[in-house]
Order: sequence, then C-alpha cells, then structure tokens
Amino acid sequence: MKAKEPVVELRDVSKAFGPVQALTDVSLRLIPGQVNCLAGENGAGKSTLIRVLTGALRRDSGSYEIDGRSVTSPTPASVRAAGVQAVYQELSLLPHLSVAENLFMGRLPASTGVIARGRLRARAREALDEVGLTDLSPDAIVERLPAATRQLVEIAKVLTADSVKVVVFDEPTTALTEAESARLLEYILRLRERGIAMLYVTHRLEEMFEIGDWVTVLRDGSLSEAGPISDYDEDRLITAMVGREISSLYPETHRHAGTPALRVRGLRRFQDSPSIDLQVGTGEILGIGGLLGSGRSELLLSIFGADPIVAGELEVGGKPVKPSGPRTMMNAGVGLLTEDRKVLGLLPELSIRENVTIASLRSGSRHGLLPPREQAEEADRLLDSLRLRAGSYDQPVSTLSGGNQQKVLLARWLLTKPKVLIFDEPTKGIDVGAKGELYTVIGDLAAKGLGIIVVSSYLPELLGLADRILVLRDGRVAGELPGTATEEDVLRLASGGGRAAEPVLQEEIPAPREGGPASSRPAPGEGGPASSKGAGTAVPPTPDDPGEVSRDA
Amino acid sequence: MPKLIWREPIATTTITSRQPTGEELGPDAVPRAREPEPEPKAEAPRRVVTLGDIAGRESGGLVVLLVAVGILTLASDEFLTGNNLANLARQVAIFGIIAVGQLLVILTAGIDLSVGSVLGLSGASTAQFLVAGMPIWPAFLLGVAIGTVLGIVNGLLVTRALLPPFIATLGMLGIARGIVLVTTDAQTVQGLPAGFQDIANGTILGIPNLLIIAIVVTGVMWFVLSRTVFGRYIYAVGSNPESARLAGVPVRMVTISVYAISGLLAGLGGVLLASRLGAGIPTAGTGFELNAIAACVIGGASLFGAKGSAIGAATGALIMGVLNNGGNLLAINAFYLQIAIGVLILVAVGFDQLNTRRSAAAG
Repeated sequence: MKAKEPVVELRDVSKAFGPVQALTDVSLRLIPGQVNCLAGENGAGKSTLIRVLTGALRRDSGSYEIDGRSVTSPTPASVRAAGVQAVYQELSLLPHLSVAENLFMGRLPASTGVIARGRLRARAREALDEVGLTDLSPDAIVERLPAATRQLVEIAKVLTADSVKVVVFDEPTTALTEAESARLLEYILRLRERGIAMLYVTHRLEEMFEIGDWVTVLRDGSLSEAGPISDYDEDRLITAMVGREISSLYPETHRHAGTPALRVRGLRRFQDSPSIDLQVGTGEILGIGGLLGSGRSELLLSIFGADPIVAGELEVGGKPVKPSGPRTMMNAGVGLLTEDRKVLGLLPELSIRENVTIASLRSGSRHGLLPPREQAEEADRLLDSLRLRAGSYDQPVSTLSGGNQQKVLLARWLLTKPKVLIFDEPTKGIDVGAKGELYTVIGDLAAKGLGIIVVSSYLPELLGLADRILVLRDGRVAGELPGTATEEDVLRLASGGGRAAEPVLQEEIPAPREGGPASSRPAPGEGGPASSKGAGTAVPPTPDDPGEVSRDA
Repeated sequence: MPKLIWREPIATTTITSRQPTGEELGPDAVPRAREPEPEPKAEAPRRVVTLGDIAGRESGGLVVLLVAVGILTLASDEFLTGNNLANLARQVAIFGIIAVGQLLVILTAGIDLSVGSVLGLSGASTAQFLVAGMPIWPAFLLGVAIGTVLGIVNGLLVTRALLPPFIATLGMLGIARGIVLVTTDAQTVQGLPAGFQDIANGTILGIPNLLIIAIVVTGVMWFVLSRTVFGRYIYAVGSNPESARLAGVPVRMVTISVYAISGLLAGLGGVLLASRLGAGIPTAGTGFELNAIAACVIGGASLFGAKGSAIGAATGALIMGVLNNGGNLLAINAFYLQIAIGVLILVAVGFDQLNTRRSAAAG
C-alpha cells in the first residue's frame, strides 16, 4: 500500500495571517487507500492546513500537487473538481430544504428549469443508501434531523461529487453518539477499501488508532512528527502533540488562597444533571479545564445567573446569593467575561467608554440620571492602566482589535468592583502580545485579592495561570489537579483516562452554545435557539470530545 | 448657524499620549508597567472630527432642513411669515411627537407599526368620552392611557410571546383600527367642547400650544436618551440584547418601556389631533406609522438599532413638513412631493451606508 504514489502532496507549505505564522513548512502526503490522521493541539494549525488543502486559503509558499500536477492558485471549486472533497465539522447543509435538495444543490437534475423530482429522489435514495441511511426519506427537511443524521447526509453529499479521490474529515464524530461514530468509522474503512485517500482530523485519540494508517502531528504550526500509526501509542502521540515547555508568559503562581470568595454547592443545571461543587478563594486563580462541550461555559453562565439552574447554593464573600440573573450576581460582586465577545459581550455601536460603564451605570446613578463625570474618568483611568490602544475612548468599540476589545470588557467588570471575576477563554482570538498582557493583569487581580476563575481550552494557558485546576467531564467534576500538573494529567482526566467518554448529542460547534442563552433573550424573531435548548434538556449535558481541547486558529 | 459641512473630514491630533513602542515581554517585567509589543492593527488612525461628531447623526438632516428652508425663503414670500410658520408648526407637531416615540422603538432594533391606528383609537375614544359628557382632562388622560396600554401590550407580545416586533405591531395595527371603526361605527364623532378644541388650537405668547408640546416632548426624550441610565440602556439593548443582559441591563423592562412610551405618545398625538380638528375621526392616522418611520430614518436613525437621536427624529419630521408646506406654497403637485420624500429616504440611508462602509474600511 505504501508504495503507491500519493494523490495529494503538500510540500513545505507556509501560511501567515498578518504577524501570526499559522503554518511553517508543513508537508503532507495522502495516499490512495490510506487514512492519514492529523493530530495536534488547538491552534497547532490543523484547520489552516485543511483550508489550504481545500482551496479555502491561499498558501504563502510551498507546493501543492494533486495527481502529480501542481496546483498553482487553488479555489474551493477547482480543488473539488479535482477530486478533493471535505466534510466539515460546521455543517454546510441548508436547514430549510429537503435532504434530496441538499444533496444535489447546485446541480439539481432538471429539464428546462423544472426540477425532475423523480430523478432527484431516486439519486438521493442511492446516495443515502450508500452511507447507510436506508430509512431516511429524501424528502425529510434537514432542520428536523438529529445532528448525527445531518453529519451523515453531509458525507453522502460529498460522495455524490463526480470525482472523489480524497476526502477530508474535519472532526466528523464530535456531534455523534458512540454507536453512530462506530458506524461512521466502519464506513470510512469501506471508503479506504475503495482506494480513496483520506485525511482524518479528530480529537479522539482512540479513533486514530482504530482507523488510521498514518499519523501526521502538528505543533505550533510546524510538522512535529509523522509516521505509521503502528509506531505510536497514546502517550507518544500526546507527547508529540504537546511536547513543549510551558512558556514564561504567565505570572507567578506562588499565591495562597484566602477566605472563599465564591463557593458553589450542589449546582444542577437540569433535573438530572450532575451536581457541581466548587470554590475559589480570594487571591486565588482557579482553572477549569475540560474538553469542548464538557459543560464549562454552561457552568459559568449558570454561576453568573445567565442560565437558569434547578438547584444549588452560591455564596459570594461568605454571603448567600441566589443566581436569579446577571444583575443579581453583578450586584453581589461577580463579573463574567464571556467566551464569545461579539455575541455575548460587546455593544458594537456604542463607544468604548459607554461599553465600559454600561454595567456600572446604575450603581453610580442618582435619580436615574447618568452618573457624573467621575465615573467616566475612572473608566478612562482603568482603560489607561490596561494600555488600551485607541484613538479616542469615544470611538465605537467595534473598531478595536480582539485583544483591545477584551480589555474593554475587562475594564467593564473592573469598574463594578467585583470580588470574583470569571474568564471564559480569555485569550481566544487574541494575538500573543495582548495575551501576555492579559495574563499579567489576571495575575495582578488575584494578587489584589480577587477570586479568579479561568476557563481555557488552551492547556499551557490553563496550567500557566491556575493555582488549582478543576477538570470537567460530561458536565461533572472529573477531578482536581494542582497548578503543577502536566498537560497529560489534564488530558487524561478530561477524556476519562483514554477511554472515550459518553456519547454526545449536543453539537460541538459554537453556534448552539450561544443559542442556549439566547433562547431566553427577549429579542424577538429568533425562535430558533429554543430547539437547541430542548436538545440540551432531553439529555444530560454530557457533550464530550475526548482526546483534545479545542481551539483551532 | 452651525457649520455647514457635512462629515467633511478635518484632521486633528490623536488623543492618546501613550508611547508607541516598548520593551519585550518577559516574566521579569513589572506587571502593567510595561509596554507590550506594538500591535499594528490596533494603532488608531488619526482622529477625524466631523460635523457628525459634533451634531450627531442628525447632522445630515439638519443640513437638508436648512437648505430646504433657505430655498423656500427665497422662492416664496409667504414662507417666512408668522402665519405660515404657525401653520407649519401645527402640521408638524403631532407628527413629530409620534416620530419621537417611534424612534425609541427603532433604537432597540424594533419597529412600531401600530402608532397610526393607536392614534386613531385614542383620538376617537377621547372624542366619544367628551360627547358622553366626561370632563375634558379625564377624557384627555384616558385617551393617552389607552395608547399607553396598547403600547404595553405590544411590549409584552415582543418580550413574552417573543413575536417579532414587526408582526406584533402589525397585529396591533389591525386590532386598534378595527376597534375604533367598531366603536364609532365608522362615523366621525362631532360636537366636542370648545375648551377641548382650545388645547391644540390655542397659543401661549403667540406660540402655538402644539408646537410647545412637541418641543417639550422632543426635549424630554433628548434628555432621557442622552442623560439617563434608561436612555443608555435603550441603546445597549438595540446594539446587542444578549450582551446587554449579561452586563446587567434589564432588557425586558427596557423593551416593554419603549413600546409603552411609543403607545403613550401615539395616544397623545391622537388626542391632540382630535382637539385640533374638533372631531374624532375614526380613520385618523392612517399611514402615519410609515411617515414616522421615514422621519426617524431621514433623521439618522438606523433600523438595526442603537443609532439615532430624538433631535434627529424631530428634524426628520420637520423636513417632511417643510417639504409639504413648501410644495403647497409653490403650488407643486402633491404627488411630486411624495416622490421627493421617497428619494430623500433613499438618499439619507444611502449616505449613511456609504459613511459606515468608508469608516469600516478606514478602521
């Protein structure tokens, strides 16, 4: 098998986004009848590599050959025509159309503009049977299908292409249950027999060992290792993925926790969800780790009162608080910097200063009037101390870069004089320079006696910042580690000691997560999110994605 | 007269005085006391002050208004007479009051299509109460209260039943108009007491009462929007309701309130219209909702929320009034005026889009 010529070959490919080097001299060979597994931490460059491969991104340098012919300026369409197909994690199906229409969108069988319904249905039937969806009607509306079925429809769609030489799977099993994953993997093995080359990206290490022939490990945008999967075991693979010193970007962690700043006891988000206890002391940084969908963000939103809970007691600074809404928790001295700044944080049309003061207006106000000038001056001082780079604090906040927007949100919460500050993925989408600054500020705040909770998927960050790490799995606390733990320790605890944890029904793509809280928002015309909420309640919040922690560049 | 430049860029100095360069990041650096690596994208471009910054988003409207007034002054001897201006004020006032209410809803990224019908219902109801012998002020206040209640219903439909504002208020448009036609049997309610008619037709020191009321309403709304916490919350809700909620803004309360205020002002407008006409007309206010929305848009409001001001909405109403008034004076076919106002809306929004895109490209 290995003697075969590669159908796709990338050599020394590099790609930079502005100052950030996403890929450096990465080579990749895809050989017919082989499954090449792409492994790497978040931000290692896996997504970038895939996007270069599928023509979504133009490489800066290096060569790209399909069937020995050099591809000079690939576009998604030309790459697809050449036989390189991709199944994405974010589904590309049109939710309101039928399965059959989705399968053949863009090339619907038609005579003189009228859709040939019979032919469409027959061809769709064929395609669905091929992926094992024998009882799915081609007329079903995609929106009403469970996530797993949609994923399989997506795969069926890819396979209806005229030329299928290479299929790229970008975390296809994240949204699937165990049984569904098994079916998909079986199916991939069948494709392998058909002589199709595959690139398989997953966070589940055991899947790689199950179906992989070859493994390519990326680290920090460069090729870490590559070789036949038989040369690897789980430990060696993790070392190849992680294998680096924790950088000294992070502040000192020789702090000791004082009295409990926040204590959570028996918190349950749903009737039968696991109950969670946690505590963070004054002057302490508590890290919360876990895989995508292990319930970290949801836990934070519940603690902050933004998502309803069914049971649980909260104490802030020793005083019991009922988390009935963000406002109550804010008044009690808790602040939350959300993961998704755009959707759950910024007020884009408002100025920087208005964004900072919005949470403190009431406390500073008398008779409902806007607070006096002093508050704005205090906001300015805070922004100055955070080294916000802006022409004027009156300009709209949407004109700032990611790191500076995060500083604005941080200033918003600092202005409320919190006792506890919660950071959800504080450095997501922030460049390295601003990251270091944020770490310093977080360390400073802890030193000043605030209780800090940091959720991060980026393990070096989590280990570098936290004094103590709580690892979540399937919505429950899997264990607690000291700040001196290693990335391997966290990974193991998060993924249940190497064994795949319980199946997933909740989609891992960010959208539903934002949809969850959104369903309770009063903004009208957005009926959609309710469905994702429903899915969440039907099943205990156990979405999981063992093997890795995900945040790709 | 204010500067007659419209978003003419004038370069000024940058406001920041922080040093642009700094040392490398390192573990030994003193927290917060160090300057991070320069971040090219975050460097702010040179600050440009425009009329828009000074007068707000209504600056374009102000320019149009001044130009229109200037042209009419030159073209018609009658335009700048006290009589005509008083007449203009009476025509525009009610319309401006509704536009200001509409503006609040638009600022939250909503829309209130029911204002015209609510206006008709409030006016006709007050007229009926008066004819039935109710004293003037209770009838007046009851008419305004009807508008407010309908506004609250709109707000509840939007925040509790989660209906899109367009649908909720479209339903209310039909319901309110239907109620007024049923209760009046589509007949004009006549025979209103003279004391009631004086409210809208009287003057104080030669200034029409209606104008005073409209100025007070606009002034109060300007104050609320720019100087109160509630006003800031309105912009926050319009900008991003979920972010606002997580920042402790009582989003539901704010949303219900803006619909209530819009209903209240529509009710007030209806009662004043009945007073001005001396009759309760069941079909009064038909189509006013679209004019109110047009006034807001001409005055710089964005239908996506969070952009606009009370002065802008009032200016927009005034522009439409001045165009109508001038058209009458110059004996221009009223149909052409409709075309002119349609073009004006497109130009106003087109300019705004252009500006947004240009500033997005710049920064």
